[in-house]
Amino acid sequence: MYKIFWSIARAGVRTEPAPAPDPALRQEAERLNAEVLNLLGRALAIRHVDAGSCNGCELEIHACNNPYYNLEGLGIRFVASPRHADMLLVTGPVSRNMEIALRRTFDAVPDPKLVVAAGECACTGGVFGESYASRGRIANVIPVDVAVPGCPPTPRQIIQGILTAVTSGEKLALPR
Amino acid sequence: MSMPTAPLLPGLDLHPLNAAVPAWRAAVGPAAWRQAFEAAAGAGARLGALWASDERDRGRGMTAHGLIVAFEGLVCLDLELDAEEYPDVSDLFPAAARMQRTIRDLLGLRSGADARGWVRHGAWRADTFPLRRDSGGERELSAGDPRYAFVRVDGEAVHEIAVGPVHAGTIEPGHFRFSVVGERVLKLEERLGYKHKGIERRFQALTLEDGARLAARVSGDSTVAYGWAYAQAVESATGMRPAARALWLRALFLERERIANHLGDLGALGNDAGLAFGLFQFSRLKEDVLRANERLFGHRYLMDRVVPGGVSADVDASGAAHLLGEADMLEREVVSLRSIYDDHAGLQERCINCGRLTPRTAARLGVVGLAARASGIAIDARAHPSLEPYDVLAPRVWAHRGGDVAARMAVRFDELLESLALQRRILSSLPAPGSQPARGEPPREHAFGIGWVEGWRGEVFVALDIGPDGRIRRCHPHDPSWQNWPAVEYAALGNIVPDFPLINKSFNLSYAGVDL
Repeated sequence: MYKIFWSIARAGVRTEPAPAPDPALRQEAERLNAEVLNLLGRALAIRHVDAGSCNGCELEIHACNNPYYNLEGLGIRFVASPRHADMLLVTGPVSRNMEIALRRTFDAVPDPKLVVAAGECACTGGVFGESYASRGRIANVIPVDVAVPGCPPTPRQIIQGILTAVTSGEKLALPR
Repeated sequence: MSMPTAPLLPGLDLHPLNAAVPAWRAAVGPAAWRQAFEAAAGAGARLGALWASDERDRGRGMTAHGLIVAFEGLVCLDLELDAEEYPDVSDLFPAAARMQRTIRDLLGLRSGADARGWVRHGAWRADTFPLRRDSGGERELSAGDPRYAFVRVDGEAVHEIAVGPVHAGTIEPGHFRFSVVGERVLKLEERLGYKHKGIERRFQALTLEDGARLAARVSGDSTVAYGWAYAQAVESATGMRPAARALWLRALFLERERIANHLGDLGALGNDAGLAFGLFQFSRLKEDVLRANERLFGHRYLMDRVVPGGVSADVDASGAAHLLGEADMLEREVVSLRSIYDDHAGLQERCINCGRLTPRTAARLGVVGLAARASGIAIDARAHPSLEPYDVLAPRVWAHRGGDVAARMAVRFDELLESLALQRRILSSLPAPGSQPARGEPPREHAFGIGWVEGWRGEVFVALDIGPDGRIRRCHPHDPSWQNWPAVEYAALGNIVPDFPLINKSFNLSYAGVDL
């Protein structure tokens, strides 16, 4: 136990300030009103869906919860069920074998809901494109609020995309 | 340099193949195909990969290809077919079953008793085959998932738990069907293929450069391994020879990929066993490694840093000094964290004897890579057969016999420290820049090449066929997860369902890498 406490004390606090939202990432006009966004932004529950990625984006989504980015410190956490989620964070091109699962997961998220497409493939289909087995970008299958490019997008870019989705035009005070 | 001795596989007319590792190629008929695999199984060689290609446009038939990994090196078999059926080898090498099912889904060549589809979930018609040359117009079916016949376990109080394809954590999609009594797992059956996005067809007609980008995205967590295996395949087919420095830098990148992934897995395993402290400490260290990658080489995961003919990033003296300092820091931290893990009774209680894959079962299933080394099978493509620069670096192969989650954790700890030592050796003996790589000839005829690299998870193989136009005709990337997924079904037997996430994580296999 002593060694654990010592390691924690020695590592110290590594968390860095969160990035500011970037309206340029927004795909659709805000579908939710500012009040709802304000509420969500203070306790956001995210369900991640890998719709066919190479798993590179998943590495960076994991990294969002390391001590440097500390996404949970912003009141944003990943949940196990879409029924508990406010937002879907979707990666990959949508493989045709995942299309139904993605649609059903989207339907299972209660309204009001948000969708962030993370990564080059999620934005455009990427190197995989559209084919007999791939439907291409996420927006071909479910509506997307914010799209984050990058192969893979860095944790900062992913967090920026998430914050952009829950931020209305007005400045949102982030809990810190 | 002496010519390597060819493996003793009777009845095969072996031709040496120009490759970075000792390799041979042989054309066989159906009987010799079967005999070769029987001889391989008898000699303790293992199944590397099975794939197929449509050669009818070249005046040949449909062709099945097999890779045997023998002690002496790699043997590629080509079986040209008159019929749509070829001999089953899944009784000899159980991992062959799913590879054969995939070949049927993509090319319509039949083998083996299991007639269920693997990557075809109903998104294209059963009588159209995406990798046939005359395909292309697969009518998009309204992606209906036909009822998949899972193997049923009958008996009093037996019930099924269906999990996935969307899992509860941030992991890749796949379906697990547990048959349980109470919490005890009687049977686990995996169903994968959800991520199948047509990578092999995408490769067709790409330039060699574009192919490198696609190969680097077969399984993102192993992007260096795939990049290197693909680059080797291009070099093997074209006679291109990278500069010595480039080969050493590839090894540096590959070891950094291993370091990053092992750090991540050790943290995640701690977390899955209830020690969140481990996740935060190891994920902090992993982030340090990724940031150094970004700063020195321009990409956190070193994607596209290995390119055909060489590398696209280099390290200077100050960069090398930073990496050496980082290695010292990591070694101190990892040794200290290991002692915390080793002393933590709760963690050990969860990991010891959990998800046990006995050496006997592992050998029977033909498991490879880190999972094999945790079950007493000391194979590592870096150590044997020799691949420059590992022939000089001489990495130590760490193996444990426990076969449980604790053993797979121990292998990761040992390999992590070994990779840090290798990184030091690489940086201290990196050949000077200057020597130009031999450019190689753009092929004017069909050219075939292979690549083989020990990624952090296990051996990654790439077979590449280049057409007369200098573009890719066929490329088959093969992930070690093909061999290891069936082992997860065995490791879960007799365990309780709540331990499955820990067991699964201890293997940490790729879904993207096998779904393609």
